[in-house]
Amino acid sequence: MSALLKRREFLLFLAILLLILLVRARFPSFGSPANLAAIFHDSAILIILALGQMAVILTRCVDLSVAANLALTGMATAMLNAALPGIPVGLLLLFAAGMGMALGAFNGILVWKLALPSIVVTLGTMTIYRGSIFLLSGGAWVNAHQMSPAFKAFPREVVLGLPVLSWIAIAAIAVFVLLIGRTALGRAFHAVGGDEHAAVYTGISVGRTRFWAFTINGGLAGLCGYLWVSRYAVAYTEVAQGFELDVIAACVIGGISIAGGMGTVAGALLGAFFLGAIKNALPVAGISPFWQMAISGAAILLAVAFNARAERRKGRIILKSAQSAAPVIQSSGAAS
Amino acid sequence: MAAEPLVAASAADAPFSVSAGPVLSLRGIVKSFPGVKALQGVELDLYPGQVTALIGENGAGKSTLVKLLTGVHQPDEGEIRVGGRVARFPTAAAAAAEGVTAIHQETVLFDELSVAENIFLGHAPLNRFGLIDWPRMRREAREILARIGADLDPDAPLKDLGIASKHLVAIARALSVEARVVIMDEPTAALSHKEIGELYELVERLKAQGKAILFISHKFDEIFRIADRYAVFRDGGMVGAGLMSEIDERRLVEMMVGRAMDSIFPVRTPQIGEEILSVSGYSHPTEFADVSFTLRRGEILGFYGLVGAGRSELMQALFGISRPSAGICRIAGEERSPRSPAEAVEAGLVYAPEDRGLQGAVRALPIFQNLTLPSLGRISRAGLLRKAEEFALTRHYAERLDLRAASLDQPLGLLSGGNQQKVVIGKWLATQPKIIILDEPTKGVDVGSKAAVHEFMAELAAEGLAVIMVSSEIPEILGMSDRVIVMREGRMVGEYPRAGLTPEILVRAAAGIGAGGAS
Repeated sequence: MSALLKRREFLLFLAILLLILLVRARFPSFGSPANLAAIFHDSAILIILALGQMAVILTRCVDLSVAANLALTGMATAMLNAALPGIPVGLLLLFAAGMGMALGAFNGILVWKLALPSIVVTLGTMTIYRGSIFLLSGGAWVNAHQMSPAFKAFPREVVLGLPVLSWIAIAAIAVFVLLIGRTALGRAFHAVGGDEHAAVYTGISVGRTRFWAFTINGGLAGLCGYLWVSRYAVAYTEVAQGFELDVIAACVIGGISIAGGMGTVAGALLGAFFLGAIKNALPVAGISPFWQMAISGAAILLAVAFNARAERRKGRIILKSAQSAAPVIQSSGAAS
Repeated sequence: MAAEPLVAASAADAPFSVSAGPVLSLRGIVKSFPGVKALQGVELDLYPGQVTALIGENGAGKSTLVKLLTGVHQPDEGEIRVGGRVARFPTAAAAAAEGVTAIHQETVLFDELSVAENIFLGHAPLNRFGLIDWPRMRREAREILARIGADLDPDAPLKDLGIASKHLVAIARALSVEARVVIMDEPTAALSHKEIGELYELVERLKAQGKAILFISHKFDEIFRIADRYAVFRDGGMVGAGLMSEIDERRLVEMMVGRAMDSIFPVRTPQIGEEILSVSGYSHPTEFADVSFTLRRGEILGFYGLVGAGRSELMQALFGISRPSAGICRIAGEERSPRSPAEAVEAGLVYAPEDRGLQGAVRALPIFQNLTLPSLGRISRAGLLRKAEEFALTRHYAERLDLRAASLDQPLGLLSGGNQQKVVIGKWLATQPKIIILDEPTKGVDVGSKAAVHEFMAELAAEGLAVIMVSSEIPEILGMSDRVIVMREGRMVGEYPRAGLTPEILVRAAAGIGAGGAS
């Protein structure tokens, strides 16, 4: 199956390549290394959030509150900066990540201890977090002139040819490659999403595993909260409204199975980059932003259809081995 | 059971005599899937009023045959005759229209619907406005339920019923379409002793009504108990068929495996060492009470009982899945009652559950990831897994267990049941446990793999591992155990050394004295 997954990601890679070449044929400036770096920079926040969301989706959950978490943390960080401009950016980063983690952990605790479905929990916390922004700020904006220069400059600072924001995304990718592929927690994500009962009987705590997925995701959302408000140099109640759907879309396009247990870092990365590439290509080609939505939507449907087809093919392989559908039979009666 | 008619007698008494022609015949059926011939030249006759047992190892083609008969697959060659006419089953509905219905092993029913709705789903009686005729549906459901002797309320939601009752609903559903042929695919797999007895009575009833029954089972005692005829499949072909009265168990097993099997169980000379596990007064609020026993190194301790006797629940409590309300568990002299599976593994006690599909392993994950899942800490350095060691560990246990797989990268779900079980056992051995609990280790496993699992169990004990084996199969209990504990209704009702133990003793203890119905 890993070969199958690889192929799915490879196809997505080809789709992105094709998209770039098509646009490039008309607009040669598109798709140059500098332009690709710009698209990556532009997609960095989506990529980071897609990685976090992937961890959650792998455990067969979903986090709808990421964008609200991002906005709340971003507002808190911006207000902190406005009130105490002397705090170094490093500390603000820690504050944002820590606050995001706390908000994510709250989701995780509810999913773990109350055993509530994650979609309901995060729908609730999404609303709470979004509402808290208003309570915190009184509906006021934090504008560029209230932010310290260092606060605004940090994500844009160029180090070794790339802005810091891109480097943070690259670091997140590297950490996730290790986390998902090479740690017991990453394996537990797959096991919990792949088969909850089997995970329990293997000594894995399903609730704790999910808790960590939500906490990690929250931490990334919080980090992105700072990155977002500093990048756009403004914080207000509706920041990143609806962005959680883009994040989930990136995961789905990247072949992360909503049913849990299946997905790769490369998939999440490509899914996010694909959305970023479309977003950047269409204005270049002079196509209305409303087409962007239609194309993103079509990409989601295509990805889901493709994944479903892959699932079916898996079934055919079972028959091919002609254990006479042995796996089905041998699961035997639901005893006890 | 009042009536226990012998095969020949019942056939003679039934309104449909043996001389009646077959109601369903298969001639020269061939079915291929890409790369594999699943069925090659199958011939099979089913007679009205008779039970034909379909026997074969997993992979012999039984399930493919069921799928052909129920319209899921179509044969590549050959013909299906119903009542002498050639019939085609392009869809499940077409098969049902010809009166062929199947009761699946995992009953396909809907928990949120009522009993009557489940029975008539897809062919509910309609009134003149084209809407569902509820009064008629309830009435007919009641009639069908009465016909099979099931005392169920047609309006009861299915989710409130037990497994056995759900089975009855599935059977009622099969009968609601005027079935001539009823296929039962391992119908007793999930039933308790008492429920199995009721199922046998039901089968007798269906026979008396002239239904032709195809009964798929792995259990020989049950085949000899209720079947009139047998058909043995091996490697996609039929290797023998005839009357049950003219065959014995030994010959059937030979036909199934294609070789003579003198002793299915390995011969062992147990080397029993020091005490490793001591359980005293283990109790649970609802499942079991006051269970005390000890276990020694190198010993295989059998737990026998009917389904629902609380054996699995006891083992799950020992493994830390549920908490006991009272009692002490000592492992290697230390008092430690595991509060989670992780703690149990830590203490050296592991549990291979009964239902591999639901509890034992993550089917979508590759073999090697399943095998190392509980040992990840050991193969990590600085929190990172070392792939080379992971593969070395997997390879080691795959070889030890004689695992049959194309590659260790393969998803576990693609393996046969026996090989899945090997991976589940292997993953626990990789944690180097002191005590291994095997819950129904050979359930749903074909005869060949069964022997391999038994062989392996004997090896483990010989190496000094303490083994607890929960089993509902008397031959397995008698063949493998050094000592047997019998449970009934959540309590220990007997503890016996292997020497001098007979099936009768076990059955009587498990069923409760007096009520003991030896099968």
